[in-house]
Amino acid sequence: MPGSIGYTIWFLGSLLEVCVVVSALAKHSFRRYLFLNIYMLFSFLISLGRYYVLSHFGLRSSEYKYFYFYSDAVLTIFLYLALITLYLHVFDEMKVEKYVRLAAVLLLVGTALFSYAVVEQSSNKMLTGFFFELSQNLYFVGLVLTYVLWGAILKLRETRTQLIQLVLSLGIYFSAFAATFALGNMFPNLQFFTYVVPVFGCLLPLAWAYAFWRLAPDARMVPARLAVVPR
Amino acid sequence: MATLIFILSAAALLQFFISYCRSLIAASIKQPLSAEVRDVTGIPNTASGEDFARVIQLLDLCPERPEERGRIRAINTYFRLLNLVRSTLARVIPALVTWTEIERGQCTYFAAVTLDRRIAFSRDMLAQQIDV
Repeated sequence: MPGSIGYTIWFLGSLLEVCVVVSALAKHSFRRYLFLNIYMLFSFLISLGRYYVLSHFGLRSSEYKYFYFYSDAVLTIFLYLALITLYLHVFDEMKVEKYVRLAAVLLLVGTALFSYAVVEQSSNKMLTGFFFELSQNLYFVGLVLTYVLWGAILKLRETRTQLIQLVLSLGIYFSAFAATFALGNMFPNLQFFTYVVPVFGCLLPLAWAYAFWRLAPDARMVPARLAVVPR
Repeated sequence: MATLIFILSAAALLQFFISYCRSLIAASIKQPLSAEVRDVTGIPNTASGEDFARVIQLLDLCPERPEERGRIRAINTYFRLLNLVRSTLARVIPALVTWTEIERGQCTYFAAVTLDRRIAFSRDMLAQQIDV
């Protein structure tokens, strides 16, 4: 079983997920960012499910490992959907909704087919390196998509502060997870995952809760100021 | 493959982190400082990176607001990163000296704005206690 620190981080993460939804409801941003909030609710429900499986089968059981990694993959795909809605927000004045939706469907089908092919090839090593590889790939695809969106924000001079911070925090989340899982794939004996992954998991709800709670939906900023390379 | 993903992800993480910190700073940079915070911190119109540690010490003296904790930590980490760039890369690329100095000054201004908010928050709490 995880220690008291592990449970504290877990509880904090779940609490922050609820905070995101409450903040969005309180500040009337729930419908505007519907999929982001649905993702947070779904993530909270999965946390409850993980706790149930953990308390019944134990941390080292294959049931918990399967549940953890499969729910993680499903959650990441849900996060893709949330990301696609952010694309729709950025491109809303260009009337390209149809193409963005089509690209989203193709991406989802492509990811599912790729994952299925990997699963079929690796069915004999389900609980060894396969899950790390799958998670690493899913997070990396998310990172690439967020990076493209960030490029579009700079190019289109998007000025909505709340939207910019939602996208940047998502970029931090995807890149932190992709780097962590890649590191785990490179050095399978590293034991730093116990706390690092849950702590990273708290960053996204923390940043989103802040963005919903503190920033007015109509607050604006100059995006060129944020680029690392001056534009 | 994993090595490549790790390198690209770490580079993207750094870039997103810098942009995120700058977005936090940009949101506070428009707010003017109150006269008392100017007096306490000794910051006239433009803040300097040299004052950052002192402003953070003053921040620690005020009651903390929970929603600010994460942002202060992020900016603190960003400030350390800038110090690292200043003491390493900036020696090779002199143009970075000016850039890091401006960024460090903005970090200090962000901390001063947060101090302003905390003082106002403490004053409100005190007023509420007196009313009770």
